[in-house]
Amino acid sequence: MWRGWGSRAPPGHVRRCHVAHPGSREAVSRDGTMGTTLDVRVKRAGKVYRDGEVLSGVVVITSKDTVQHQGISLTMEGSVNLQLSAKNVGVFEAFCNTAKPIQIINSTIEMVKPGKLPSGKTEIPFEFPLQMKGNKVLYETYHGVFVNIQYTLRCDMRRSLLAKDLTKTCEFIVHSLSQKGKLLPSPVDFTITPETLQNVKERASLPKFLIRGHLNSTNCVITQPLTGELVVESAEAAVKSIELQLVRVETCGCAEGYARDATEIQNIQIADGDVCRGLPIPIHMVFPRLFTCPTLETTNFKVEFEVNIVVLLHDDHLITENFPLKLCRM
Amino acid sequence: MLSLHSYFLRHARVRNYVSESEVCKLESVPLDFGDYHPLKPITVTESKTKKMTRKGSTSSTSSSSSSSMMDPLSSVLDGTDPLSLFAAAADPVTTAPPTDGARRKRDRDESSAVGSDFEPWSSKRGEILARYTTTEKLSINLYMGSEKGKATTTGSAVSEKVRTRLEELDDLEEGSQKELLNLTQQDYMNRIEELNQSLKDAWSSDQKVKALKIVIQCSKLLSDTTVIQFYPSKFVLITDILDTFGKLVYERILSMCVDNRVSLPDNFSPESINDTAKETCLNWFFKIASIRELIPRFYVEAAILKCNKFLSKTGILECLPRLTAMIRGIGDPLVAVYARAYLCRVGMEVAPQLKESLNKNFFDFLLTFKQIHGDTVQNQLVVQCVEIPLYLTLYSPAIDWILQCIAYHAPDVLLTEMMERCKKLGNNALLLNSVMSAFRAEFIAARSMDFIAMIKECDESGFPKHLLFRSLGLNLALADPPENDRLQILNEAWKVITKLKNPQDYINCAEVWVEYTCRHFTKREVNTVLADVIKHMTPDRAFEDAYPQLQSIIQKVITYIYDFALLFSVEKFLPFLDMFQKESVRVEVCKCIMESFIKHQQESTKDPVILNALLHICKTMHDSVNALTLEDEKRMLAALINGFIKMVSFGRDFEQQLSFYVEARSMFCNLEPVLVQLIHSVNQLAMETRRVMKGNHSRKTAAFVRACVAFCFITIPSLSSIFTRLNLYLHSGQVALANQCLSQADAFFKAAVSLVPEVPKMISVDGKMRPSDAFLLEFLCNFFSTLLVVPDHPEQGVLFLVRGLLNVIQDYTWEDNSDDKVRIYTNVLHLLSAMAQESFIYHVDKVDSNDTLYGGDSKFLAEINKLSETVVSQILDHLKTLGKEETLKRQSQLAHYFFNTILAHGDLRNNRLNQLSVNLWNLAQKHGFADTKTMVKTLEYIKRQSKQPEMSHFTDLALRLPLQSRT
Repeated sequence: MWRGWGSRAPPGHVRRCHVAHPGSREAVSRDGTMGTTLDVRVKRAGKVYRDGEVLSGVVVITSKDTVQHQGISLTMEGSVNLQLSAKNVGVFEAFCNTAKPIQIINSTIEMVKPGKLPSGKTEIPFEFPLQMKGNKVLYETYHGVFVNIQYTLRCDMRRSLLAKDLTKTCEFIVHSLSQKGKLLPSPVDFTITPETLQNVKERASLPKFLIRGHLNSTNCVITQPLTGELVVESAEAAVKSIELQLVRVETCGCAEGYARDATEIQNIQIADGDVCRGLPIPIHMVFPRLFTCPTLETTNFKVEFEVNIVVLLHDDHLITENFPLKLCRM
Repeated sequence: MLSLHSYFLRHARVRNYVSESEVCKLESVPLDFGDYHPLKPITVTESKTKKMTRKGSTSSTSSSSSSSMMDPLSSVLDGTDPLSLFAAAADPVTTAPPTDGARRKRDRDESSAVGSDFEPWSSKRGEILARYTTTEKLSINLYMGSEKGKATTTGSAVSEKVRTRLEELDDLEEGSQKELLNLTQQDYMNRIEELNQSLKDAWSSDQKVKALKIVIQCSKLLSDTTVIQFYPSKFVLITDILDTFGKLVYERILSMCVDNRVSLPDNFSPESINDTAKETCLNWFFKIASIRELIPRFYVEAAILKCNKFLSKTGILECLPRLTAMIRGIGDPLVAVYARAYLCRVGMEVAPQLKESLNKNFFDFLLTFKQIHGDTVQNQLVVQCVEIPLYLTLYSPAIDWILQCIAYHAPDVLLTEMMERCKKLGNNALLLNSVMSAFRAEFIAARSMDFIAMIKECDESGFPKHLLFRSLGLNLALADPPENDRLQILNEAWKVITKLKNPQDYINCAEVWVEYTCRHFTKREVNTVLADVIKHMTPDRAFEDAYPQLQSIIQKVITYIYDFALLFSVEKFLPFLDMFQKESVRVEVCKCIMESFIKHQQESTKDPVILNALLHICKTMHDSVNALTLEDEKRMLAALINGFIKMVSFGRDFEQQLSFYVEARSMFCNLEPVLVQLIHSVNQLAMETRRVMKGNHSRKTAAFVRACVAFCFITIPSLSSIFTRLNLYLHSGQVALANQCLSQADAFFKAAVSLVPEVPKMISVDGKMRPSDAFLLEFLCNFFSTLLVVPDHPEQGVLFLVRGLLNVIQDYTWEDNSDDKVRIYTNVLHLLSAMAQESFIYHVDKVDSNDTLYGGDSKFLAEINKLSETVVSQILDHLKTLGKEETLKRQSQLAHYFFNTILAHGDLRNNRLNQLSVNLWNLAQKHGFADTKTMVKTLEYIKRQSKQPEMSHFTDLALRLPLQSRT
């Protein structure tokens, strides 16, 4: 647990994440001249699958005329992409190997042999078993800044020289299996006063305050919100805002060295203005999908999460309290 | 053939009217006056779905200003008309198209929910918008897209490049930040409406993200408390947008659930929702959960609270307490209390059965109550130059609403508990006021004395006390306090009210308490109260700013005291009226009083106090009429004055009555309908005198009746409508005749005759120009019937009136292509044939008509014959001119009409006449324009008549009348 203290402008909101859930995205590969479209649809509305399940769906080909093709194939791919942040590139240029995508899963099936498809709508069903070989693990889908874990289905229709090949990609989401055993709640109580702060320059100039609270657990189920309570018992200066900052800590590297980057995922304001003293304010934060995953630790990379409670006073004093979280899927 | 005509009326058929009437009289059927009458007011027994008009008494002036006459149409409107029933049935919240099966279920569900006795938000809306206004400049600050300007580095590092790029992506959506400054209130409202519209547009063009952004930005405006006195109105405007959004999202998800065009029942279970819909719904909740700022996150989630129904049964149950707790994070107490009001409102709509969170909201509010007097708020008020009392009133709508939700169908125990809690907080006036406005009136009224004690005790600073008394008064106007406390309550309340210095505060309070006074006390107390109001409102002409309230006081007084003798004995009532010095208001008030009089006065009156007062009031109304007064307005005023005139009766004191009418005439000379009414009234008076004297006037009554007749004679010329004049001349002439005033009657008839040439071709009927001939025809026929019994003047020639009228008709410029003149001539023949009889068909009692005067003298008959010869020749001449192709149809009709006349009135035993009728018959059929059916009927009639003993000659006639077939 580290504590920060500083006097500065409003807290940085690194960026908000409102990339839509892939489940809601629909795009269709279209061939301009012939009006032939290719589409991959998985069966589940949420496109969420787990290890051991069967990924099923249909490839839909729509065309006005008959379609001549050299074969249609479907590829399932899963990979981890690591990207090095700008400030670390110099250090790690030597290990460009680590930055290469790590393949988790890759299999291709030939759906249709070369030939003709009738005009109109053709639906070709498919099934892929999501089965890992050996003791490899199917990591959960995760979209971070430096670490990306993504699974896609790609359908290719090869065609003669005269017509362009058609390709359509569709992302699906993998959730890891529920962890065995019961999650032990790990409540944390905290008290923040000027005295508990670290890295303060002029402790004397600080207004007096006492903020108390607790988090119900730092071991969190990813589908359940982070909860707790916070009480401003007293504060000389007026409170301007209290926020919860969810931060991911991504570590890439290996034995030779590593890069550790912390970025904000989301920032949720739980109090706005000078709140009533002594009245418990609820702490409540939903973990965003895609941008969070169960805390992950592998030989090449790590994804961890933390939450900061940020109290901003009216004289622009900023008080931060940090709590590492452990996320898991039940 | 045409030479035969001259013999026509020498052979007028001899009529025996008595025996004819025996034969022709319809079998008399007793009229059943039981249930049905076409003009009977329709009473609809179905009860009106009325909005509770609680506390609505401040501006109720418009509600009862419609016409007070018992009008069948207006009483129809009193029932529930189908349109408003429909509107009442349409539920504003659930707009999903219900199938028949679903509807029945829904009806049941809703009955268990919020009933119509719950005053809906929509009725509060307007009140808030009207009350919380500002003249200060407002601003709207919208950040569409990213929050670029705000972003600075945190301890954690993100590559600048990545961030900028991502932000640019965001900004591609739409122009980023826009700030609108210096908006007037109206501009502001227009902008908000534009946003509402662009939300709908974005939604319908499938830009869901943009729609969400608009909603977020709008709800963000609610965290801004600059121009704080406008905040309640701002809340109303913005929550409208939120409501729109909530509805759009709900409907969209609902539409995704529709499989095979079968829509869901209204109380669907989450299991029946398909995955796509659930996923979409979940997506919305995830998106909203990631909204950074607290206030938008709260409002947007509250707006789509209903969508929880798609996800789980207990969703709303779990959400409400969480959202309630979330509001604790809102630091500004005003913003927080409105957030609570919104949550309560949404909660009541979506899940009215969940009372817990309503109570929790109120208790949380009480916990944070001390903040209002904290430094942060006080500093803000100083900056904005807002006084504490004004600031506190800003809370009222929100607290009222929360308490109203809590109090709805709540047991008394809960209300008592709430009251105790408020008391604990130092008996705060703001809370007390809201308790009084939100809780049931019966509950408050029963504890009036307690409330008065609390009002007295509560601290002076802050919330204005007169508002407290006003709220209490409103309750007492709706529900009665215990019998024994009533006087004490009035005394206690009035003691405070009378001390109010500011006339506006005073009148707002007094207005409410007048109702209580009128309801429970006698005229003495009402008089005292009115006197007090006069005393307060007269200095500095304070009444000029308080007309609506004063008007409402009058209205309340006349609602409760409608015995006018009693009302005018309230000494201060008329002095009170004197305060209405602006003419329009004054007339408005006079109208109210007259309406009430007409509605409630059962018996006619001669009470000098009432007459004087009402004459004065009517005079005021009459004097307001000027060149710019609208026709409708005039008609209404005249109707009110007429209503009054009809209610005045001095019984047997006819002379007094007449002098009243004379006075009224001089007072109301600008309103024609009133003059007409007066003429009718005077005529009626004359006839009444005749009835009393049983037709034998004494010298005194004869003189009196002549006075009445003279009244009419000199009044009629001042009217402008020509037909009104004509009809009144005729009518008054008849009255004069009935009262044996022969020369006066002659004068009336002469006046009428000399007026006929002035009848214009076109007259205005109900604002449209219409040809006048039909009216003239009708009048003349009526006139002829009267002329039958008018005896000739000894110094004038025989039948001088008939001759005069015929001359006028002759000279009148008739429409070129009309047959009216000939039709009238034909009718004249009816008159002449009636005059030729030995004894006339009817007489005026005690007046000798020509039949008696001449006694069938041959000279007289010769005169009649001469006249009829002229008339017949005129008719035949006209028939001849109609020989042209295009007028043949008219010729045929006229010929037939004339034939019928001869058939009815001529003696057809005369050969020549017989021949004439046969010729006319043929003429009517000659060109194939005759209606075969009518001709057949006529022939049948003749055949039937021929069976009567004296009519045997009809048999021959019938044989001579051929029927032509159309072919």
